[in-house]
Amino acid sequence: MNFQLADLAPIMPELLMTALALGVLLLDLFIKKKEVIAVISLAAVALIGLSLFGSAGEVFGTMFIADGYSTFFKVIFFLNVILCILISIKYIAVEKINYGEYYSLMLFATLGMMIMASAGDLIVLYLGLELMALSTYVLAGFIKHDRKSNEAALKYLLLGAFSSVFLLYGISILYGLTGTTDIRTIAAVINERALADNMSLLLSVIFLIVAFGFKIAAAPFHMWAPDVYEGAPTSITAFMSVGPKAAGFAVLGRVFLVALASAKVDWATMLIPVAILTMAVGNIVALSQTNIKRMLAYSSIAHAGYALLGIIAANNEGLASMMTYLMIYAFMNIGAFAVIIMLRSEGFKGDNISDYEGLAKTHPLAAMLMLIFMFSLTGIPPTAGFIGKLYIFMSAINAGYTWLVVVAVIFSAISAYFYLRIVIYMYMREPKTDVSLTTSFSNGVALAVTTVAVLVIGVLPATLIEISKAAIKGF
Amino acid sequence: MEQVIMNQLSYPILSTVIFLPVLGALVILLNRRAWELATKWIALGTSLATFFLSIPLFLNFDKSTHKMQFAERFSWIPQWNINYFIGVDGISVLFILLSTLTAILCVLISWESIKTKVKEFYIAILLTTAFMIGVFCSLDFFLFYLFWEAMLIPMFLIIGVWGGPNRVYAAIKFFLYTLVGSVLMLVGIIVLYLYAGRTFDILELMTINYPYTMQMWLFWAFFAAFAVKVPMWPVHTWLPDAHTEAPTAGSVILAAVLIKMGAYGFLRFSLPLFPQAAMAMVPVMLTLSVIAIIYGAVICLAQTDLKRLIAYSSVSHMGFVTLGIFALNTQGLEGGILQMLNHGIVTGALFLSVGIVYDRTHTRKIADYGGLATVMPVYAAFFMVFTLSAIGLPATNGFIGEFLILLGGFTRSKLAGVLASTGIIIGAAYMLWLYQRVFFLEVNEKVAGLHDMDVRESLTLIPLLLLVFWIGVYPNSFLSFMHASVAHLLERVNMVGMQEASAAKSVLEVIR
Repeated sequence: MNFQLADLAPIMPELLMTALALGVLLLDLFIKKKEVIAVISLAAVALIGLSLFGSAGEVFGTMFIADGYSTFFKVIFFLNVILCILISIKYIAVEKINYGEYYSLMLFATLGMMIMASAGDLIVLYLGLELMALSTYVLAGFIKHDRKSNEAALKYLLLGAFSSVFLLYGISILYGLTGTTDIRTIAAVINERALADNMSLLLSVIFLIVAFGFKIAAAPFHMWAPDVYEGAPTSITAFMSVGPKAAGFAVLGRVFLVALASAKVDWATMLIPVAILTMAVGNIVALSQTNIKRMLAYSSIAHAGYALLGIIAANNEGLASMMTYLMIYAFMNIGAFAVIIMLRSEGFKGDNISDYEGLAKTHPLAAMLMLIFMFSLTGIPPTAGFIGKLYIFMSAINAGYTWLVVVAVIFSAISAYFYLRIVIYMYMREPKTDVSLTTSFSNGVALAVTTVAVLVIGVLPATLIEISKAAIKGF
Repeated sequence: MEQVIMNQLSYPILSTVIFLPVLGALVILLNRRAWELATKWIALGTSLATFFLSIPLFLNFDKSTHKMQFAERFSWIPQWNINYFIGVDGISVLFILLSTLTAILCVLISWESIKTKVKEFYIAILLTTAFMIGVFCSLDFFLFYLFWEAMLIPMFLIIGVWGGPNRVYAAIKFFLYTLVGSVLMLVGIIVLYLYAGRTFDILELMTINYPYTMQMWLFWAFFAAFAVKVPMWPVHTWLPDAHTEAPTAGSVILAAVLIKMGAYGFLRFSLPLFPQAAMAMVPVMLTLSVIAIIYGAVICLAQTDLKRLIAYSSVSHMGFVTLGIFALNTQGLEGGILQMLNHGIVTGALFLSVGIVYDRTHTRKIADYGGLATVMPVYAAFFMVFTLSAIGLPATNGFIGEFLILLGGFTRSKLAGVLASTGIIIGAAYMLWLYQRVFFLEVNEKVAGLHDMDVRESLTLIPLLLLVFWIGVYPNSFLSFMHASVAHLLERVNMVGMQEASAAKSVLEVIR
């Protein structure tokens, strides 16, 4: 029997990313100026990004699938890591955590997400998830000298480990039922043996919802999010609110719509209350926050609730809308964090909502950008946030969940209040504290990219919709 | 596409009128902050240019047809079958002119009263204008909703940043009320879109007969959006706050154009899309309208704040408009549309007038005024005309509108007609009493020595004054725009509504 190396093209981006992450770790030993490492990482990530487009195919049997679906998510992860590195460069210097490992860990986390999106096997999925999770635990606690950051890391680690156990338990039950961990084979076996009504399958579905719900910060598994988002370095908060969430949705989509397609009734019935609760908790609790990072944590919970509607719709259109939503969310949320990060300066935390008082007077441009992001997060046209919501609502109504959409729009109207509060503080109050912005070229680039994306997608969404539709073809 | 007459003019008139203000706003954005005078002139120039470019709509309008005119259509988001599709008919064309005119007045009246964040203010005014015009000429639901909601952003800022002492509360109340209504309409729009086989084309959607239950649900979903905007009783409570706290220009935009959108929505969408539901809901709508008329008027009697009084009078006057619309006959509908225009002119003028004295005295309390006719005689004369028009005195525009509405309302329901006319009597009472308290009596020391209106201020009021008499003496030059479109609308409502209703009746009889 001849041993033949598999065609590695489908997994090439992941391999390159591994090499890059390791390389950055090594480079850190020789390069004193950490900004150089950031620039190298940025350039390399962009180059690896190009390799995504020639990577369609499957490798190692069906363990690793590179299809349109996974590629779309990988584009989100790449945008996420690029934009977050851009907003980090100056910020981590201000926070005095300017270490090379920071970038390496971000790359490893991204690698984990990529593996999750491409996982064709539950074990591979678990590997990717753990790689992502372990890297982000460390990143959350990266400000060693800050107790809140330490608390964030510890909380995230403990609860994250707990959720991983649920995932493993869910996987093992599935394995026990079907005798395989391959996602497509599971679907076939469930069909063949008519396991859809089996109680243990139900149990496994519950465990999977708990585990994935934790990753996407869906209520009632969201408890970690506010504390971790608040304590983590702001750049990492931005990173975590987009990347791991999108990765969670990627696996949620693949596992539920492929492996558990025939148990759709079960998980859809369970996800509906989860989605409603998520929107309720996120939007209502956000109303009373005084810390902007915490507020955006709850907002991010709420957005997970909207995106869940795309999964509940349980068809290709639903998935496409969910993917579009996450892409748009990446732009508007990182954009908002790029503004937040500017308020942090030597000796000034700048993460209280009251720090935004009168920003329109002292820094009109920053205030105007924040205004755009806040209205986009609310979902007011002509911003991208509206397109995302419209697509999600359209697919959910088409799948017959009109009442659920009515609930969602009511919560979305409630959400206007806390986003507008930022606008009110910026535009309708007089400045009290003297806020000086920490600007940098790289942060400016991130802001320019996100602002343009939010406005252009808001007015001309055709291309993005087309791409997401094409990505989902043949899923 | 036989329902549409494409634009025949040498330039895309509607797009120009929508996007010229946006362009002006961009220029102001790039302008230096210190050059406030330049900002003002850019804003004035843009609004004047927009107005003059919109005049061909008035001159070249073909009054003999109900079809959409000056239409433009481009593919926009093909994946969702969304087109950039705009056009006007007899119902919407006058509102575009009203919007472009209002923009000029708003810029003029704010010339000296807005002193902070000047740049942002004029950007907001111009954007609001653009979005308002967009709402009136959109023939694609997606485009319509985009303009409808986008308008909230600058309006929210206008009220919240440059408004009175309680502005933040008023701004957020305005925003949330409107948003809740709008998102429910959004759900309705999506349902329509999917039912009709994925099209947002309003004209196409109007050719479909929807099942009765669906019509009912959708009617109420759209009602949520439009009733809040009108505003109808009992969702009117945002209006007194918003109108009162907004800066003069904001109040004028709100009163003259923004709240017309609700009534316009009923006309453009609720009636032709859901004729059966509209027919069935006539009693409810008439009741709500009559309550609004009388309640709004009675509340006015108790007001001590100038702007608040005029705000509540809007509730009453808009009650007349919805009464006319849901009378569902020619007189009622035409009267309703004309009254929307009238209310825009008169209430806009009243808010402008209040703004003129407010800039001098910085008080809105009625008790702080008195004897103003001695101090500012020219101003008093202007105010008198607008007061009489608000009351509906013959030879002013108010008379024509209210008369037609009462005629239509009386034909539909005698009780509604009679009750609504009491609203006019109370209206005369509160307006004349207001006039007495502000302009007659002893000269209040707080207003002693005020100088009369200057040229700029007179310029803002003169166009409206002319319109008051023009419509009052020869309404046909405006009513003639509406005849064909209103007749077509009624045909659609009556034909589909009656036919289906009788079908439903016969089904019921068979079941019995």
